[in-house]
Amino acid sequence: MPQSDRLNDRPAPEEVFKARGLTKVYDMGEVQVHALRGVDFDLFSSEFLVLLGPSGSGKSTLLNILGGLDAPTGGTVSYRDLDLTTADDDLRTEYRRHHVGFVFQFYNLIPSLTAKENVQLVTSVSKDPMDALEALDIVGLSERLNHFPAQMSGGEQQRVAIARAIAKNPDVLLCDEPTGALDIKTGVVVLEAIERINRQLGTTTAVITHNAAVAAMADRVVHLSNGRIASESRNQNKAAASDLRW
Amino acid sequence: MRPLHRKLLRDLWKIKGQAFAISMVIGVGVLMFIMYLSTFHSLQLTMDRYYQEQRFAHVFASLKRAPLSLRSRVEAIEGVAQAELRVVMDVTLDVEGMPEPATGRLVSVPQQRREIVNDIVLSAGRYLAPGRRDEVVISEGFAEAHGLRPGDSVRAVLNGRRRQLEVVGIGLSPEYIYTIRPGEMMPDDARFGIFWMERRALAAAFDMEGGFNDVALLLMPGARPEPVIQQLDPLLEPYGGWGAIPRALQLSHWSVENELKGLQGAGIAIPMVFLAVAAFLLHVVLGRIVAVQREQIATLKAVGYRKREIAAHYTWWSLAVALVGTVIGTTGGGLLAQGMLQMYNAYFRFPALAYRLEPETVATAVLIAAAAAVLGANSAVRKAVRLHPAEAMRPEPPAAYRVSLVERLGLRSLLSQPARIVVRNIERQPLRSLVTITGISLSVAILIVGTFSIDSLDLMMDIQFRLAQRQDVQLNFVEAVSPAGIHALQRLPGVIAAEPVRSVPARIRSGAKSRQLAVTGLPPATELFRVVDVQSLQQVGLPPHGLVVSSSLARVLEVAAGDEVSLEFLVGRRPVRTVRVVQVVAQYMGLSAYMDIDSLRRFMGEGRTLSGGHLRVDSARLGDLLADIKAIPAVAGSGVKGAALEAFNETFAENIGIMIFYNVLFASIIAFGVVYNAARVSLAERSRELASLRVMGFRRKEISAILLGELGVLTLVSLPLGLAAGYGLSTVLVRAFETELYTIPMSASPSTYALCALAVLAATLASGLIVRRKLDHLDLMEVLKSKE
Repeated sequence: MPQSDRLNDRPAPEEVFKARGLTKVYDMGEVQVHALRGVDFDLFSSEFLVLLGPSGSGKSTLLNILGGLDAPTGGTVSYRDLDLTTADDDLRTEYRRHHVGFVFQFYNLIPSLTAKENVQLVTSVSKDPMDALEALDIVGLSERLNHFPAQMSGGEQQRVAIARAIAKNPDVLLCDEPTGALDIKTGVVVLEAIERINRQLGTTTAVITHNAAVAAMADRVVHLSNGRIASESRNQNKAAASDLRW
Repeated sequence: MRPLHRKLLRDLWKIKGQAFAISMVIGVGVLMFIMYLSTFHSLQLTMDRYYQEQRFAHVFASLKRAPLSLRSRVEAIEGVAQAELRVVMDVTLDVEGMPEPATGRLVSVPQQRREIVNDIVLSAGRYLAPGRRDEVVISEGFAEAHGLRPGDSVRAVLNGRRRQLEVVGIGLSPEYIYTIRPGEMMPDDARFGIFWMERRALAAAFDMEGGFNDVALLLMPGARPEPVIQQLDPLLEPYGGWGAIPRALQLSHWSVENELKGLQGAGIAIPMVFLAVAAFLLHVVLGRIVAVQREQIATLKAVGYRKREIAAHYTWWSLAVALVGTVIGTTGGGLLAQGMLQMYNAYFRFPALAYRLEPETVATAVLIAAAAAVLGANSAVRKAVRLHPAEAMRPEPPAAYRVSLVERLGLRSLLSQPARIVVRNIERQPLRSLVTITGISLSVAILIVGTFSIDSLDLMMDIQFRLAQRQDVQLNFVEAVSPAGIHALQRLPGVIAAEPVRSVPARIRSGAKSRQLAVTGLPPATELFRVVDVQSLQQVGLPPHGLVVSSSLARVLEVAAGDEVSLEFLVGRRPVRTVRVVQVVAQYMGLSAYMDIDSLRRFMGEGRTLSGGHLRVDSARLGDLLADIKAIPAVAGSGVKGAALEAFNETFAENIGIMIFYNVLFASIIAFGVVYNAARVSLAERSRELASLRVMGFRRKEISAILLGELGVLTLVSLPLGLAAGYGLSTVLVRAFETELYTIPMSASPSTYALCALAVLAATLASGLIVRRKLDHLDLMEVLKSKE
């Protein structure tokens, strides 16, 4: 199993993701949708990256490919030594299981499990997880361990989702519109949680959003438009999440 | 507990009603399996042990009379381990408190108790004491029917002499597990009993000293009966031997064996129907669950859950439902089986009918229930495993509908808006509609299969007793009597009419096939005992020459009208004749051959003899007649129609009532399970649509009509299909249960069909009403807010 061995290696090359000429075409029956039209992209260790772009720009597609949820139609993409382009479904599952933490726009909690259990859902199958309570403490939810998703606000649910994503001590944290369904106040709380994880744990983080204000807290901002990278910029002075306004 | 297991339990709890309905269907399947097969095993085991311990014979033979000196030659036959040379005689009994005479079969046993073939098990009292010539051990069934205990006595006519027989013991024998009077349809413990009597006393009463008229042979382990029979028959023939039969054809054994086969067959076939329905239900419900949880599945995949973990999660879902069903079924099956064994005790007499539930039976039940669960889960699990996580994060596209066939046929204007929704919905998911229809139809069919036997029995009884056997009393003489016999019969008190019958034991042969039976000779046109074709319901006149045979005999011998058969008579000078079969007559009961009484007498070289008679009796004087009959030495046995019918009804009414209760219950469980789940799944899928209609101002009644209307349409389509399926299934079953001894007609009356349809309709209505309650409490805001 040379490939999975490679998965477990963690040398210290700075480059976590490397994508070249990435394309993705969705076959929707009569029409073909070109979601990515040749993207070259890198993500470095401990970096906080924000992917900005309007809806339909291909940012979710890119994140899904990086997270091993989807395979590209063309081009190459690798996670450290793992070639995600050729990895089969099982290998991508193992990759997600041990290396990736996901946060989705609609939280995607299991409604029949409590906050703690939703986190345990992940810790019970990963190799070197932190304690579920610790993860919930990091996002400030120690008080609501035994609440079901339906008993929590949107912001709380999203913080549970973040706790779930970080509890496995992932290499990378991929967040798809984490504040998309939240008002500004709760959105800021959620972003603070993500910011803290990136800073304290050094977890490589990519956040996609259509909210330009969020870009201020990133190390680097990549603008996607119509399936291509339109521009890229680096923040000299990162803003704190608590200072963001939109 | 792992979080996924918690999720499983909570998800299941959320739809506990549906899950339980399916568990019940599985439960009934498992229950039937356990009930039938454990009863089968218990009976089989008890029978085997009983046979072993009491040395049940492998070969049986009857003859007129042979000297006991033949013993050494019988014992010398290769393969014979032990030979019992007995005297067996049927006599008339006069039992206190019963107007009509009963028949007692006297079986000789040694004076000193030793291990004999077909040994008796004493359940009360003691064995015969040497020198006490009037002591008898009587069969348990007869003793129970009359409340006889050791110390009581029974009057009997032995070879013309009235004797008082003293009951000293109550016993059982493997030879008479199923005790049926020759020529009767049903066991009747009150009117037929076995009396074991000391050999010398019995022989003396019948001038059989130094002789025997019955042989029971126990064979060496591994010895086959056929070669033994081949050597035994020539040995007994000079002494009026009727031809030996192997254990397989011995009436009691044959009946038990046949019942065992039936139990085993039913235990395999019936549960399959229930488990198939359960698998369909799981398919539908789990399919729905997976559709609802597609985003959850996507999430699980996104966080790295493996395919087999997801497959296991949803398979467990189905297995958990099956597990609950298996527990219910195993418990219920075990309980009902014990009741069933009790029921068997009314027909079969075993010394100790112990219930045993083999672990293998339970294990098999668990396995087949699990197999049904896995099968039912299969397509949903595969859907879950194949789900693409990135796609599944997006909400499902709206379901594709089209204008329905009914509307395309130009009938659109006939349908109201809600009716259009109903029709389109049924058409959109033809497979699911089909599953619902199949399930409801099956429950109707199961009900018919479970209840038609009442109608069939009614029909049989009607034909048998109204058209065919119209006599009030039937008599058999010990031996054929002279022509004066018929006049004697006519002179008996209360006799309005008497018809003679001459029946002669014979072996009937066609090529290699042969059977031993009694050829019945009747006057060409009879009024009382008539040969009736049960298909045409016409009386069959007996032609002056040739033989009329029952359809089952024709089948066994593979003959048709026009073929010739050979008749080897087993009494008198044992003439052998070749006779043409002139007609095959459809009959329900037994292997019968009829011929003109005079032509039979000519064969036998006799005058106007008769071996019995059929009487029509003035009912007011029946008592006098029966009292007289009890005292006539020449009468070996008699049957009173009213009494036979009564006994039959008593035995069956209760059992059939119980059977029908359970059949209705079980069929309702299927109907309820199917309709309730169908309704809940539609409700779940369409609550948003229905809530939207409510928001637009539709009344509760109106949206109920849309959802339940769909089920109503499916139920109405299912009912006629179910009735047809029930008819078909019953016909198949009747064929499968056909034996040489009887054929059960498939006959269900319109009221039975109506009842079955109504019962299922009631079950669907009940489940509809439960769903209707849910519908009435639809939370409009909640439904519209939720994404799905």
